[in-house]
Amino acid sequence: MSTLTNRAKAVDRSPMSFMEKMYLPAIAKGMMITFSHIFKKKPTINYPEKQRPFSPVFRGLQILNRDEEGRENCTACGLCAVACPAEAITMEGAERLPGEEHLYREEKYAAKYEINMLRCIFCGLCEEACPKDAIYLSETFAPADYQRKQFVYNKQELLIPHPKENPEAYQQALGNRANKATTN
Amino acid sequence: MYLSSIDLSLILEKLILIVVVVSASLVVAMYTTFAERKVAAILQDRRGPNRAGPFGLLQPLADGLKLFFKEEIIPNLSSKFLFVLGPALAMLTACMTSAVIPWGDHIDFFGRNVSLQIADVNIGILYVFGVVSLGVYGIMIGGWASNNKFSLMGGLRAASQIISYELAMGISMIALLMITGTLSLKEMVVQQQHGFWNIVYQPLGFLIFLICAFAECNRTPFDLPEAENELIGGYHTEYSSMKLGFYLFSEYINMFISSVVMSTLYFGGYDIPFFDESVLSPNIAAILGVAALMTKALLFIFFFMWVRWTIPRFRYDQLMHLGWRILIPLALFNMLASGAAVLYFN
Repeated sequence: MSTLTNRAKAVDRSPMSFMEKMYLPAIAKGMMITFSHIFKKKPTINYPEKQRPFSPVFRGLQILNRDEEGRENCTACGLCAVACPAEAITMEGAERLPGEEHLYREEKYAAKYEINMLRCIFCGLCEEACPKDAIYLSETFAPADYQRKQFVYNKQELLIPHPKENPEAYQQALGNRANKATTN
Repeated sequence: MYLSSIDLSLILEKLILIVVVVSASLVVAMYTTFAERKVAAILQDRRGPNRAGPFGLLQPLADGLKLFFKEEIIPNLSSKFLFVLGPALAMLTACMTSAVIPWGDHIDFFGRNVSLQIADVNIGILYVFGVVSLGVYGIMIGGWASNNKFSLMGGLRAASQIISYELAMGISMIALLMITGTLSLKEMVVQQQHGFWNIVYQPLGFLIFLICAFAECNRTPFDLPEAENELIGGYHTEYSSMKLGFYLFSEYINMFISSVVMSTLYFGGYDIPFFDESVLSPNIAAILGVAALMTKALLFIFFFMWVRWTIPRFRYDQLMHLGWRILIPLALFNMLASGAAVLYFN
């Protein structure tokens, strides 16, 4: 009788032969299988020392962007807060005063900007909503803290390092996603 | 005066030897726990403990420290004296066995001939058997004193298992004794140094002895006394802190000692294969001999672990079937066959 897949195996219910009853050959076979695993490559990555590369669409913690001269992009328009399905974002706008042009790119800025990382679901809708390229999701992840209130990140914690004062940290914080975002 | 000075140095020599042997077996047992985790990891394609110290080498220290700092719980309705006695007895018997094992030949210490064996008693192997069978009391008392069904069941299983397998082990030993004609472990090693290893004469006996050693050490596939998924923790369910540590630790010491006993009985003890030690100076020969014995023992320990991560646990009736209806008849047959061979060739 031909079977559908040719993978079916008939169940053998014949009594065990003497060799099978001795168990020892079967045990030796099993031992060789486990022994061969000594030489197998281990899939584990030693996490803190080595990190698994992220996919280009990885969404980590948010970061508030600056332009090349180090001015904040955000104008506190509130579109990200509106877009946020978890209602994790709150902000307060303020008007830029004369003499603050080196701090803020446009005449309105966010005086207060908070993201509750415990509410955030890392969907990336804030990034899509932002017309000023001010917020995007970085590759940072797994924040740890001792208190819940520490997970409400304020503006200082969210802002990217200054590109002129601290270029290395800026490049590191920028990651791969920012480049992608700016080319789009 | 002259006599007493000799006695004193002998006592000192033995005392140092005892301290060295006991602490060495403790250290080996400590690192066996580490090796067990590492071997388990490697056989399962994992990495194993590698955080504490370089390559995780300080892991056993961390484990021990953790056990010391854990809360010590003694169940209210347990019989407290026996509850404490159990792990102490298990540990004691585990450490006692090493007394008659010849760890190496003698060393020449400033003209003094120091034997690397604590006590060369002429009934050495009987002593080992006696102490090992005492070891089950630690487990039984622990299981009984806990006042817990699962502990009691574990203790019962341990007792019946060890009694069943000791029979086959003893009978397979008798065949070996008939061939060597001595009970002294030292003499057995000397015989094997000059002739072939006993494994050549007693392959079946060795196999039976090996299987029984697994059962005596409560190692998988015979770890029914502490079968986690049936009995929670078996006889040590109610134990915590260092008392639990003692039980676990004594198991590893037992494993080490039974590895050494097997190497001594069947694999030439401190004999270096295909090499004549008498060409070396006695000290170097002794050191190499100790290294050879340790290598053999460590290979056995690896074998113990390797089996643990390969073969699943026996069912209890299968265990009893194997012990009483297969191993004992086989051992009896082996004994008769060896006896006939000894009669024929001599």
